[in-house]
Amino acid sequence: MNLTQNLNTVWKYRVLIQNLVSRELKARYRGTVLGFLWSFLNPLLLMIVYTVVFGFIIQPRDPAFEGSPWIYALFLFCGILPWTWFSSTSLESANVLMINGNLIKKILFPAEILPVVTVTSNLINFLFALPILLIFIPIMGKPFTLWMLFLPVVILVQYVFSLGFGLLISALTVHFRDIKDILANFLTFWFFATPIIYPLSFGSIEKSHFLRILLNLNPMTHIIRGYQSCLFYGELIHWKKLGVTFLAGLLFFVIGYYVFDRLRDSFPEEV
Amino acid sequence: MYAIEVDNVSRIYQKYSARHRFQTFKSALVKGDLIKSIKADELVTALDGVSFNVEKGRTLGLIGENGSGKSTMLKIVAGITKPSSGRITTVGKISALIELGAGFHPEITGRENVFINGIMLGLTKREISEKFDEIVSFAELEDFIDAPVKTYSSGMYMRLGFSVAINVNPDILLIDEVLAVGDASFIPKCLDRIDDFRRRKKTILFVSHGLDTVEKICDKVVFLKNGRIAAIGEPKRIVNAYLQDIAEKQEKAFVKKKGEKTPARDMGDERREDRWGKREIEIRKVTLRNLQGLEKHVFSPEEGLAVEMDVVSSAAIKDFVFGIGIFNSKGVSCYGTNTYAEEFQPLMIRGEGKVVCRIEKLNLINGTYYLDVAVHKINGYPYDYHRNLYSFLVSSAHKDVGIVRLQHAWSFSPAIEIKK
Repeated sequence: MNLTQNLNTVWKYRVLIQNLVSRELKARYRGTVLGFLWSFLNPLLLMIVYTVVFGFIIQPRDPAFEGSPWIYALFLFCGILPWTWFSSTSLESANVLMINGNLIKKILFPAEILPVVTVTSNLINFLFALPILLIFIPIMGKPFTLWMLFLPVVILVQYVFSLGFGLLISALTVHFRDIKDILANFLTFWFFATPIIYPLSFGSIEKSHFLRILLNLNPMTHIIRGYQSCLFYGELIHWKKLGVTFLAGLLFFVIGYYVFDRLRDSFPEEV
Repeated sequence: MYAIEVDNVSRIYQKYSARHRFQTFKSALVKGDLIKSIKADELVTALDGVSFNVEKGRTLGLIGENGSGKSTMLKIVAGITKPSSGRITTVGKISALIELGAGFHPEITGRENVFINGIMLGLTKREISEKFDEIVSFAELEDFIDAPVKTYSSGMYMRLGFSVAINVNPDILLIDEVLAVGDASFIPKCLDRIDDFRRRKKTILFVSHGLDTVEKICDKVVFLKNGRIAAIGEPKRIVNAYLQDIAEKQEKAFVKKKGEKTPARDMGDERREDRWGKREIEIRKVTLRNLQGLEKHVFSPEEGLAVEMDVVSSAAIKDFVFGIGIFNSKGVSCYGTNTYAEEFQPLMIRGEGKVVCRIEKLNLINGTYYLDVAVHKINGYPYDYHRNLYSFLVSSAHKDVGIVRLQHAWSFSPAIEIKK
């Protein structure tokens, strides 16, 4: 397997990746009035919906929320923002080779650049929205802590995992177009299977051994938990769990790359 | 030294049957044949053992019908598609003009697209900045370069694409039929650029249906047929071989079409087919031949045509005229004559005979022609009149228009600089 050689090629194309990412970002919000604010507004609106339903109507009794819907809203926001990065990356990856079929068919061009661009441009979107989340932390009544400095580590883990997933999805969707639809539904399920709208310390999870194993097997659990540790709980990230998640992410990346590489030659005909 | 070496290259495309094509991920999972379903069940050979070389600084033309493998060949040389077997070696930087403006993003401006497209084609950012003004002025888009590409007309789009690609300054330039879409003022500019490349000793691989251009700019031509090399060599000879091949194919298609002809035709048709007369003298058979005596239906304008009529007369008849008429597909009479008009005196016909009208040179333009043949009395009473029963095709490389191709020659005084 010539993974290192291929990665080298991708590195040579970094200027192109950079330009394609900025093109993506420019093109995405061109013609909209609010521009890049949308990358923040979308999760904000989602957060408002969940805050109203779960904060005000159902009223979570977890001690971490101090009985305040606003604190709960902040908790939600810490999870939804990175989740949006992950889910939009996955959905866009499913389409990215087909949308850019012209490049693959007509220009000599390493195709793996396209998922890389998708993950990266969504990362930039996430980073744009991050400062606004940071502003919300004191407003909602939580302190800043130095543990926040571990945020880049969590982001790196998510990047590697998303890229692996994106490579796998993009390559397979070329042959099985219905992955797109399956994925959209699967992501909804995945969202609820990740502690985003509920904390891991929730009573029913604490009690059920089965649920805990299930949640622990989900890489996104540890990634989202990482964000919550840095931003919401103000504690050290769980080194071991996040470390294992990183290794799992790397494995995912290698598998994704392998599948992508195997199917590569069929892209010009199939997209 | 060779810039491009193609050694026994084959390319087999996988064709997925309808059953496979519509197979879904879900059903593949259920049946557990995820990997198997990715494999194709039918193979199409696009290229079959093709070998040729292009010396550095030379221009090679690739001609052939649609689907003969030209574009596949180009994509393989460009490295976009990999050969199924065989080897390909290229020396130097390649730029492929396979589709102009492939990868332009409609939402962003021409300026931004020039940069991204340039980088994709292998330029650095600095090189693009240096050449930017040249690129824009060549494309004649100074006023529009900061507008989103989606507002461009297709011509503007294409000009910008060409302009970027040509400024990549490659060692090997691959051109696939991209000039066909330019307007009348842009194509000569493109050809100038290509000439410029040739002068600078760059290697060019040129795919085109514009045989004039191929003949003019190529040093060597490869004629591909069904994925194989049918002929390779000096441009004039290969282009002629290609034209010959097309003519043969038309001939076959023509004969086949003849065989399928339905007898009932719309009588409102201008080219109404008909036959009338009491057949005291009968035209039993009409054969079209070239002057070498070969029966054919597709002719070049330079060829001659012999219309051969097998006639039979039951009694001895003293009053008869043979005539022919040629009509084009619009029903316009191109030429008509008969033996009386040419002052032949009929004396006697009895039994079987053969009448041949020999046209030394057809001198017609491209198109389908219909033939009338008749035998009648001097006063016009028809024995046997065949109206539009026979047809032939003129396949011409000339682009002249009108009804007939008049014999002509051009001459120019020395002050007028012009070349062919």
